[in-house]
Amino acid sequence: MSVTYGRTVATDPSFPPEAVPGTTQPTRSKKSRPHYRLRRHALEAAAMAFGVVLAVWSVLPIYNMWMIALSTHDGVFAGSLWPEQPTLEAFRVVVTEDFWYLARFWHQFGNSFYVGLSVMFLTLLIGSLASFTIGRMRIRHGWMLSNAALMTYVIPASFLAIPMYRIMQIYGLTNNLMSVVLALTTFATPYAIFIFSQYGKSIPMELDESARIDGANPFQIYLRIYLPLMAPALVAVGTYALLLAWNEYLYNFLLLSTPESMTVAVALAQFLNSDESPWNFMMATAIIYAMPPIILYYGFRRYMAAGLTMGGVKG
Amino acid sequence: MSVTQQAVAVGQGFPRPRAASRKWFGGIHGADYIWAFAFAVPYVVIFIAFVVYPICYGLWLGSEPQLYTQLFDDPRYFTAVINTLIYVGVGVNLKMALAFLLSGFFMRKRWWIKALLVVFILPWATPALPAYMSIHWLLNGQWGMLNNLLWTVFGYDGPVYLNSHWMGLSANIGAYVWKNLPFWTIILLAGRMSIPQELYEAAAVDGATGIRKFAHVTYPLMANLYLVCILLDTVFALGDFNATFFVSVGGPAMSTEVLATLGIRYAYTVALPRLGVAEVMTALPVLIPLVYILMRKLRVSEGQL
Repeated sequence: MSVTYGRTVATDPSFPPEAVPGTTQPTRSKKSRPHYRLRRHALEAAAMAFGVVLAVWSVLPIYNMWMIALSTHDGVFAGSLWPEQPTLEAFRVVVTEDFWYLARFWHQFGNSFYVGLSVMFLTLLIGSLASFTIGRMRIRHGWMLSNAALMTYVIPASFLAIPMYRIMQIYGLTNNLMSVVLALTTFATPYAIFIFSQYGKSIPMELDESARIDGANPFQIYLRIYLPLMAPALVAVGTYALLLAWNEYLYNFLLLSTPESMTVAVALAQFLNSDESPWNFMMATAIIYAMPPIILYYGFRRYMAAGLTMGGVKG
Repeated sequence: MSVTQQAVAVGQGFPRPRAASRKWFGGIHGADYIWAFAFAVPYVVIFIAFVVYPICYGLWLGSEPQLYTQLFDDPRYFTAVINTLIYVGVGVNLKMALAFLLSGFFMRKRWWIKALLVVFILPWATPALPAYMSIHWLLNGQWGMLNNLLWTVFGYDGPVYLNSHWMGLSANIGAYVWKNLPFWTIILLAGRMSIPQELYEAAAVDGATGIRKFAHVTYPLMANLYLVCILLDTVFALGDFNATFFVSVGGPAMSTEVLATLGIRYAYTVALPRLGVAEVMTALPVLIPLVYILMRKLRVSEGQL
């Protein structure tokens, strides 16, 4: 705005009227225009400098992970900012299960996938069914269900860990992947109900009604009308549930303790049991473990942002 | 409804759209009830088996009065309470203030801002466990990356961070902020983007600049969203286990433990699960009002109250 002002003044000789054209005005514009440009450039440079600081802050721990993973066993302690002889040896060890903590690595990787996909499937199924009765069929005490879900959503999962552990023993599910699947489904479903109820409001009721007039029963409406129209919300919540299960540590750690039943998160934390662990192997495992969620985040970024902003939500 | 509208809807307590607030044409009849019931059953079963039952079981486990005398005699418990207050109070407010400022920063329309946002999201995309493990090694006094960096760039020999209570606690808070800052920035960014540009233009016509635009447009429209975010994150931070467990590992000498980690330590390191439950129960006087306020703010359906 100010720059335009300066320009107008300079090119309009009749302003201000009492001024003699060509004497005072050009000097003023010469003075002011570079000044404003300078200030704008300085502001832009400061913003960029801040951006660089922000980027370093965001990336530093990730960079550290790679640096340790690419170091040799002794190179970890060299104290340099980049390994002198970067090597993929640690990744080879992880991939070929060549270390005793990692003896069942791919099996555990499979376990993590199994838990993630099961939690995703169950969350979508239970959440969509519940939100259909609450939001579309509007059963009489539906508000109780949604309040129950909301309560579960705002109770910290770690506070329920000890009783949950005992209860899984009572159900006979110790060292069974189903225990983690069920526990995590419990914590993911409220969010699903929350998002589905919100999203469902944008689907016109008239669709349900015309289907009913054509003789469809509620299950057919759910399957043929509700689910297809909910697709974006299903993708968002599905990704959320998958990542929640993949990233969870505490419940995996408490409920799964044998190498056969462990997920990667528990296997990874095992490295901390000893002070003499090969940290480069640990970080290589950590990077491989972190890869699927990172790929998913960046692949589904649009949906993720959509899903997560829909409810202001779990990180 | 667009994504951004929904983000702001969180802050405004969900206005009820007309079309959806009416029932199915003619209500539900006969066989429909069986379907409605069948659809609700899976969630009811899950809720009773894995929420109601554990809560009741927990209340029963933590119901013996002498557990609380034992708990209050333990100095580690009081350290944990104070740590939790600092962790939640500083962690949540610092993070939200930064997220709010950063959301304004990311509103700038420059090509490099978009690129920066992609990098900035990385901590959020990384799972907590490897990220916190990495931060733990980053802060190692002898050969950690941070001290190497300080030495190389400034010639300054950094301290052994995790050997001190205050620096350990700050490291946990810093790690928690690092991990969750992108998420809340994006929520607040969505909130800011949903403020109609016309409001700013109208304010500009009325002569408002900088701080006045903020005070009369941005602030009133963002306040409720900001408050909901603060409350939600308070609950999340209160239950956060990973940062303390992996960054400072509770040390030195269990001086940086918070309630979420100390309960687990009682239960599994010292094998006193009842004490662990009792410890968690002492958080209820804070947790219950919080949960109540949040439930009112976030209520999913308008209900038929």
